[in-house]
Formats: sequence, structure tokens, C-alpha cells
Amino acid sequence: MNKMANVAMVAPAAEISASERTAKFRGRKVCVHYGEKQALFDVDLDIYRNEVTAFIGPSGCGKSTLLRCLNRMNDTIENCKVSGEITLDGENVYNPRIDVVELRARVGMVFQKPNPFPKSIFENVAYGPRIHGLVSNRAEMEEVVVTSLKKAGLFDEVRDRMDEPGTGLSGGQQQRLCIARAIAVSPEVILMDEPCSALDPIATARIEELIDELKQNYTIVIVTHSMQQAARVSQRTAMFHLGNLIEIDETDKIFTNPSNQRTQDYITGRYG
Amino acid sequence: MGAGTAGAAFDWKSPAMETRRARRYAADRRLQWYGIIAIALALGFLIFLIGTLTYSGYKAFVQTKAVVEIDLAGKEIDPSNLMAANWRGILRGELRNLVDDLPRSQEKSFFDIFTSSSHFIVRNTVIADPSRLGRKSAFEIPLSDPLDQLSKGEIDRETPADRRRVDDDQIRIFDDLKAQDRIIRPFNWELFTSYDSRFPELAGLRGALSGSFWALLVCFLISFPVGIAAAIYLEEFAPRNRTTDFIEININNLAAVPSVVFGLLGLAVFLGWFGLPRSAPLVGGMVLSLMTLPTIIIVTRAALKSVPSSIREAALGVGASKHEAIFHHNLPLAMPTILTGTIIGLAQALGETAPLLLIGMNAFISADPGGVMQPSTALPTQIYIWADSPERGFVARTSAAILVLLGFLLVMNAAAILLRQRFEKRW
Repeated sequence: MNKMANVAMVAPAAEISASERTAKFRGRKVCVHYGEKQALFDVDLDIYRNEVTAFIGPSGCGKSTLLRCLNRMNDTIENCKVSGEITLDGENVYNPRIDVVELRARVGMVFQKPNPFPKSIFENVAYGPRIHGLVSNRAEMEEVVVTSLKKAGLFDEVRDRMDEPGTGLSGGQQQRLCIARAIAVSPEVILMDEPCSALDPIATARIEELIDELKQNYTIVIVTHSMQQAARVSQRTAMFHLGNLIEIDETDKIFTNPSNQRTQDYITGRYG
Repeated sequence: MGAGTAGAAFDWKSPAMETRRARRYAADRRLQWYGIIAIALALGFLIFLIGTLTYSGYKAFVQTKAVVEIDLAGKEIDPSNLMAANWRGILRGELRNLVDDLPRSQEKSFFDIFTSSSHFIVRNTVIADPSRLGRKSAFEIPLSDPLDQLSKGEIDRETPADRRRVDDDQIRIFDDLKAQDRIIRPFNWELFTSYDSRFPELAGLRGALSGSFWALLVCFLISFPVGIAAAIYLEEFAPRNRTTDFIEININNLAAVPSVVFGLLGLAVFLGWFGLPRSAPLVGGMVLSLMTLPTIIIVTRAALKSVPSSIREAALGVGASKHEAIFHHNLPLAMPTILTGTIIGLAQALGETAPLLLIGMNAFISADPGGVMQPSTALPTQIYIWADSPERGFVARTSAAILVLLGFLLVMNAAAILLRQRFEKRW
């Protein structure tokens, strides 16, 4: 499993045909209950390596719920029960023997509202590698931090103020800092929960560019309210409604010729 | 009134409306006045309290002393063994020089003018400054309590002699000494540097301050870590079931238990079962920590709850474990509030008297307590002891000691407020 992951990250971004695609995440009959209420009903989907997969749908349809299952962030919610199977590279994510801390390092997350730590920019990015013990000395740490900030497209703007608090940056810069923070622990997957909903259009455009670059090295799953964003940024799109996965297909096909009437209604703005 | 349909308007200027509005504004003003009156009352009581205390206690901050020249030349003093010299005799000899022709019958009342342990004071002064040997130098000797009161105007000279604490001879000699400019009233530093004494002119708060310090230190060292750990457990790890609810209810109730009960607990468990030494600041600190614990737990929980969950989620998202998320992120951000609450809790503990009385911290300690395990007093219990004492001098000293205690409380609460303001909302 690890060898496959390394090869996938090192290989250049050549066009991968549909037959060569390998599934990074596989979900089979995934159901999520919050206490008595069921939020997801028998979801089956595949998320492929080095692609951007978008989850779209009206509010309350369960897309964020499913996203948070992928890195087990739903564990933090009191009465949330997940049944069914979600596998990462063939291994069941909800297996009790899985190390949740390792899982969350391999599957990083960027949240809707930018939430940098109230520490310096350097410390924000360095925190992950430090607690996981990924670097052994100060020089290596600096290298990891600088590389992550460069990959997130933030380094040029903050190179002179690495010791200033992360909370002092603008909204778009903070979100890129959060992306850099997620990248610093060398994840395989980056989950993004409506990352641009709190940002202005220009910052949004920059992050969408960033996502496009990042997909060469990471698998990305993005939840978004904006269909235009999903169309611009993703290769595959999954449409959800009231906890059911209505349709999942190539983005082009979903937005030009969807198979399901509900998808058609949502896309054309008939509801949602 | 209009029916609310489109186009129908209310008459906002009608007399009925105007009256109604006027009444509403009047209610606003009344509310404001209630607030002002309430604050004025509270402030008034506070000023009254501090005022009466200051009025009755300010005289204790000065001590009447006599300046006496003592010639140590030619006296039988062995420099290598200063403790053994006949200081009493030396002093009395020199004192007799202050008055001409002192009849034998008046000797006792003459020497009673000066504090009873004046020869020890002279001895200690010489030990501290051996250069005084072999020459004449001035010594400051405190007057005994009756004369101290006379000097401060507390004794009415008109009352008949048998009802006065000072007799006519003493008054006459005192006036003589005054005429010789030998009477001074310097600031009473001994109030802070001396230990307790039977004699008010010599009594000080040093033992009480030391005892309170040790007790508070023990209280802090026990209640701070235990309180924070308990709060973290309840907030982060405890499952939401009836056992946890039961624990929470009991902790909240603990904060409302009268302090006397904790004293009884300390008496029965710490002194009885554990066999710890009576009157020790260690036991006092343990009892006080039981009282401060619920305060710290409640404050810490509130502080942890107020840290935005986004920061915790961010930490977990990067792969932090539960304890890493708490100790690297939640706790440091909650710490200023926790410290503020702790200081306030400690300030409350400083003034608690009942539990300390029950474990015996009202012992009469006239020498250095020496530490955590030795019998000691504390500030509030010292006040209690002095309030009970009959000598006039202790009346003023009780008020002075209360003012000292209030001073400490003020400083601690001010520190807490400053901390809170400085660290308000850093994220």
C-alpha cells in the first residue's frame, strides 16, 4: 500500500485514462445516524487517486457528513454512528485497529472558515510535522515549512513575517495557510469542506488555481455549494439530495447531460 | 388606531401615543435611578466599613517610644557572650537617670511605663549592632500599652485615679519625658516584623503573615493541578451519562458548603485519621484547597468551553491526539481565564476563618513558626485572637490587622482584573 502511494505521488501529471484509475477511497453502503435521525442512506461511491472529486447538493443533503467520515472527524460528535464500509487503499477506515491519528495525517482537512492556530505562521505549519515526529532537526523543519508554504502559494507573501501570528493574515491568506498546514504532514488526500465560502472572488480564484496544481500530487475531495466552482475545479462530481447519492459521474457529463432528473433540476436552478 | 393594512398609517403624534411614550421613557429613567441608588448604597457601606476600620485602626500604625541614652562603657558585658549580660540591671540603672529622686514606692509604676521586655529589646539592638558597646548611644524603647494609649490621647486624664490605667505619677513622668523631647511616635514597623505577644505594644503580624503564606501556597499547589485535571476530565473525557451528571451536581454543591463544615472535616480526617500536626499551615492549606477546588473546576470548565471549537477541530484535523489538542491548544488559550479565577479563589481562601479555627490555627505563637508543619496562625485567625483580647492596644491593632488583610485582598483581586483585561480575546 505504501509503495503504491509513493509511486502515485512521484509520477508526473500525465493524462490518466479511465481504465488506469485506481480508487483511493471506496464507500459501500455507507449509512450515518445522528442519534435517531439518519443523515446518509446507503451511499456507494469511488474516489480516484490524483483527481478532484466534488460533492454538490442543497443544504442538509449530507455531503459534509460524508466528507467528515473519510477522516473520521465525525468521531468527535457525540451520538454519530457510521455503518457500512469506507476503505482507504483497501483498508477499512473504521476498523478499530486503525490509528486515527495516523489516518488524519494521511487524510488532511481544510475547513469552511479558515482556522489557523493563534501562533506564528511558522508554528502553524510546523505543528503537524512536530507532533508526528516527521523531522529530526531545525533545518529539516524549516525546509518542510518553506516547501509547504510554497506549495500552498503563500510563501512569497509571508517570507518576511514568518514569526507573526497566523491570525493576522487576510481571509484568503489564512485559508492558504491552513492548506499549507495540511500539506506539511505529507498527506495522500486533502478534504476540503467549502473552503472558499468565506472568501471573496479573487481569493477564491487563487485557491481554485491552487487546487488544480495540488491534484498532481494529492487526491482532493471538495464539498461546494457553488456549481460553477464544481464545474471549474473537479474531474468527477457526486450529487447528493436528502442523504442519498443521486448521481456520480464525470463532471462534464453531470453538467451537460445528467442521467437523473433531480440532478438536472438542481443544476438548472429549479431548486436548492 | 390603524388596522395595519397597506396605506393606513398610525397617528404617532396623538396625545395618547405621546403619553405612552413619556411613560416608557420614565420607566427607563427609573431603572437608571435604581441602578445608581443600588451602587451608591453598596459604595456607601464599603466606605463606611473602611472608614470605621481606618478610624479605629490608624493609631496602631504608630507606636510610642522613648529615646533613652544608655552608656555601655564600663558595664559588665562580655562581648563574646552578649546574651548573658545583666541587661535588666543595666537598663534600669540608666532609666533611673531620667528622673531625679525616684522614691522606692514609685519604682514599680515608673518601670511599668516602659514595655516589660525592654531589656530584651536593648539586648537585641546591641547584638545587631555591636559597635554600640563601650559607648553612649540612643536606644528607642517602646512604652507599655497604657502609656501608649495615653500618648495617643485614648485615656481621659479627668477620670479618677483608681479608674485609670495610668496613675498620676506615671502621667507626671510622661509629661516630663515629653518636655525633654524624648517621646517619639515612629511608624510601627514592628506590626509586620514581630510575632504575637501578650503585650499589644510588642505584638506583630509576622507569624500570621507567614502562616497565611504557607497555607495559601499549599492550597494553590493542591487545588490548581487537581482542579484543572478534574475539569479537563469532565469536559473532554467523561461520557455523558448519569454518573457524570451526578459528579457535576456534587461539585457545584461543594462550592456552596459552609466553610465550617470543611473545618470539621479537616479536624476529623486530617488531624484525627491522618494524624497531621495540629495548627500546622499544611493542614490549613489542605482544608482551604478543599474549598478552592470547586471554584477552580467551575472556572476551568467555563474557560475550556469558551475556546472556539474551530481551533480544536483544526488540531484534530492535522492528526493531533486528544491530549495534544487539549494541552497544546485549548488549555493555553483558556489559561488567562483560569488564572483569574484561581486568584479570586485564593483571595477568598485568604479570608476564611472558620475552618482554620477548627483545625487550631489560632494557636498563640510568639516565635518563628518555622515552616509548613509547625503550629502557626493565619491572618484571619490572628484577627480573631486579637479581637478577643482585653488590652486597649489590641482594639486598634485588630482594626489595623483587618486593614492589612483587606489590603492583600485588594491587591490580589486587582491582579486578577489586570490579568483578565490584558489577555481578553487574543484570537
